[in-house]
Amino acid sequence: MMKPQEFTESRHNFEECTKCTVCTAYCPVLQVNPLYPGPKQAGPDGERLRLKDPYFFNYALKYCLNCKRCEVACPSEVNVADLIQSARIRYDKSPTKLRDRILASTDLMGTLARPVAPIVNGVTSLGITKTAMDAFLKIDRQRTFPTYSMQSFEHWLHRRRKEQAAFPEQVAYFHGCYVNYNYPQLGKDLVKVLNALGVGVQLLEKEKCCGIALITNGLSAQATRQARHNVAALGKAVDAGLKVVTTSSTCTLTLRDEYPGVLQVDNSAVRDSILMATRFIFEKLEKGATLRFRPDFHKKIAYHTPCHLEKLGWGIFSERLLRMIPGVEFVMLDSACCGIAGTYGFKKENYQASQEIGAALFDQIKAVNPDLVACDCETCKWQIEMSTGYPVANPISILAEALE
Amino acid sequence: MRYDTVIIGGGLAGLAAGISLQKEGRSCAIVSTGQNALHFFSGTFESIQEPDQRILDLFNGAGIHVHYKKGVRLMPLGSFRESGLSLEDVSLFPTPKIGRKVLIVNFTGYHDFFSAFLAEGLEKQGMECRIRFLNLPEFANFSAMRSVQIARKMDIAWEKVVQEVRLLIKDEDTVVLPQVFGLRETAVVSRIRQGIPAQVVFAGTMPPSVPGIRTQMQLKQRFEVLGGTYLMGDRVLKAHVHDGVVHSIVTKNLDQHYLEADSFILATGGFFSKGLKSNPFQVSEPIFGLDVEYALDRNQWYNPSFAADQPYMAYGVKTDAQLKALRQGESLKNLYAIGSILGQSHPELGSGAGLAIRSAFAAADDILSTPSV
Ligand SMILES: Cc1cc2nc3c(=O)[nH]c(=O)nc-3n(C[C@H](O)[C@H](O)[C@H](O)COP(=O)(O)OP(=O)(O)OC[C@H]3O[C@@H](n4cnc5c(N)ncnc54)[C@H](O)[C@@H]3O)c2cc1C
Ligand code: SF4
Ligand code: SF4
Repeated sequence: MMKPQEFTESRHNFEECTKCTVCTAYCPVLQVNPLYPGPKQAGPDGERLRLKDPYFFNYALKYCLNCKRCEVACPSEVNVADLIQSARIRYDKSPTKLRDRILASTDLMGTLARPVAPIVNGVTSLGITKTAMDAFLKIDRQRTFPTYSMQSFEHWLHRRRKEQAAFPEQVAYFHGCYVNYNYPQLGKDLVKVLNALGVGVQLLEKEKCCGIALITNGLSAQATRQARHNVAALGKAVDAGLKVVTTSSTCTLTLRDEYPGVLQVDNSAVRDSILMATRFIFEKLEKGATLRFRPDFHKKIAYHTPCHLEKLGWGIFSERLLRMIPGVEFVMLDSACCGIAGTYGFKKENYQASQEIGAALFDQIKAVNPDLVACDCETCKWQIEMSTGYPVANPISILAEALE
Repeated sequence: MRYDTVIIGGGLAGLAAGISLQKEGRSCAIVSTGQNALHFFSGTFESIQEPDQRILDLFNGAGIHVHYKKGVRLMPLGSFRESGLSLEDVSLFPTPKIGRKVLIVNFTGYHDFFSAFLAEGLEKQGMECRIRFLNLPEFANFSAMRSVQIARKMDIAWEKVVQEVRLLIKDEDTVVLPQVFGLRETAVVSRIRQGIPAQVVFAGTMPPSVPGIRTQMQLKQRFEVLGGTYLMGDRVLKAHVHDGVVHSIVTKNLDQHYLEADSFILATGGFFSKGLKSNPFQVSEPIFGLDVEYALDRNQWYNPSFAADQPYMAYGVKTDAQLKALRQGESLKNLYAIGSILGQSHPELGSGAGLAIRSAFAAADDILSTPSV
């Protein structure tokens, strides 16, 4: 008896590929790096061969940015990027380079660097350090390194836990490494905005780095351990009836989709409770809550949708919130990858491609000439600030600044 | 989130409807699983001949240059088909003859343009052809050349093609190039024509279609400039319908956050775009479960002869005269079906692009005739 197709399933939906080539038109790497075979070949086409014989695994798959633009474009919902990352996990047996380990260990780096932050920040911005990192670690010297903060966000919020617990409504916040070690101000801005809505903010019971940098740098075993840890920590908050908000689009996509998709860690009990803070705030306002804004806030803001927010499909919440602020002149930038893709653009071998990919976006920003670029991703922020000179802020920080 | 109209499917039909509504001040969101049939577009809008002003306005408004002349157009393998309204990339000829002597120019390593077949086809019809390959440093060590990659490079380096072709031409009056120019820099197509001292004809390639993607980008940009919201990469899963009225839709990405609207337009395309689905037992419309016109005997769905017209291509959802979609024989009061999902159920609206645009206008007009709340 013939089985209807709808009952057959393939890993990451790869059997659904109709070979339509649409994805090849939207892969930013394919346009600039001749060595990269592109989403169709690296993804569903390659998967057929790899299933026959792992010999067909192609090391050029490491050039994939994991930006997911191929998935957003695919009319057949093939999880092209998941196929590529999963193939790297399954077949790439080459040892991870020291440099990649360092770049991937965002929370370890943070823990080590924070107590001596001024020294680290000074040292990583020195010409000689950059030259050494470039020569020995192949971290491109033209990169500006993120700076570290003396006091972690966790520490800051922990000291305010009583005051936060007094609010009638509560959420948990997955802050991520960037807010914790590099830029606690974004976390403080979130607390300000949520407090203005009558919502108190709690920490999770010991969050760990979401692990995306571990996945893309070939350290999936460690990523899986962290994923299990985080799902358990998120589970406790969700069991206590809390929503979990985030301010990083990449952490959000990782917690919601990479855990089950790439690491095969079941997150079904918590997935629906993990929301970008912009969505949480928009939904509160939609239900009747109000925010009061300063009358003297005037800014021309150009909004860049980060790749992973595009994949989540939640850019509209950031857009709507920014448009809502009186005194904001809003410009939507064309959807395009900025080229940094987390740790990708830090690697010397990717630097040029990374800048070429972002070129169209940088040109558009310069043409728009805004007061501020808004974007929900920390690595886009580094890339755009370094490449255009325009300041970049998370929509949450902009809301916080515009509040009465 | 609430809009005046939510459009499901962001291809030619969805965009034409969205632009028409936004222009009249109605707020629209388009939700689309992925990209669409414009990525396979030949450059000629099927079943539109002498275009009316409204169709011209749609394209001109988006900065898309179109033209029409009675006659024929060149197909990728050297045959000819009846002309129709076309992008500037497509040349239209009064008779199936593009020139006396033809120089066909391809890029070394580009396998999606069939220069040899094209030459064979044209020679059979009495045109003398010569094929030459350009070896540009821009494409050194490209592992796989595709139309869009070439187009991106050519947006910057198109002058090199002009220079090289000028050196290659001997006594040819016509030069054929693959349709891989002017992806973002739309002026490149006409600049190449101006730079080469012969008639320049662009011939179709394997997908993705550069003129098609350009058209998609321009229409989408126009829709967004008018204030429309385009949600790409999100699939509509189901709808909330009460008493024949659609209240909201549920999407994969927005899950619990429903999209609400006064009216909805279904522009999800045919089988290829999954607007229609089939299994061995039935043909169905997956979101609303609309009534679909198709033969009950599966053996009549297709014609075993590959080249024949395939009956399944005519299948589509049923609607009333205002294009409101039918479910169990009753029309839903605020749901319109437009574009390829109609199949051949409205022959008066044409087929292909003509059907997409005309049905989009008809639905938009009906929506605009009811005041927004
Ligand atoms: C290979 C091919 C080549 C063609 N070439 C030409 C040509 O050269 N000239 C011509 O005039 N016509 C051509 N056509 C006909 C073409 O179908 C029409 O011209 C027109 O582009 C169809 O537009 P549409 O908007 O109705 O559908 P589509 O372009 O198919 O768009 C439908 C969209 O809906 C989306 N969608 C589907 N289901 C859902 C869902 N559940 N939720 C959200 N979104 C969904 C799809 O992802 C897709 O993006 C061609 C068709 C095909 C298949
Ligand atoms: S867009 Fe999707 S269906 Fe088309 S070739 Fe790429 S993976 Fe396959
Ligand atoms: S994830 Fe991005 S870089 Fe990787 S194949 Fe897809 S589009 Fe290309």
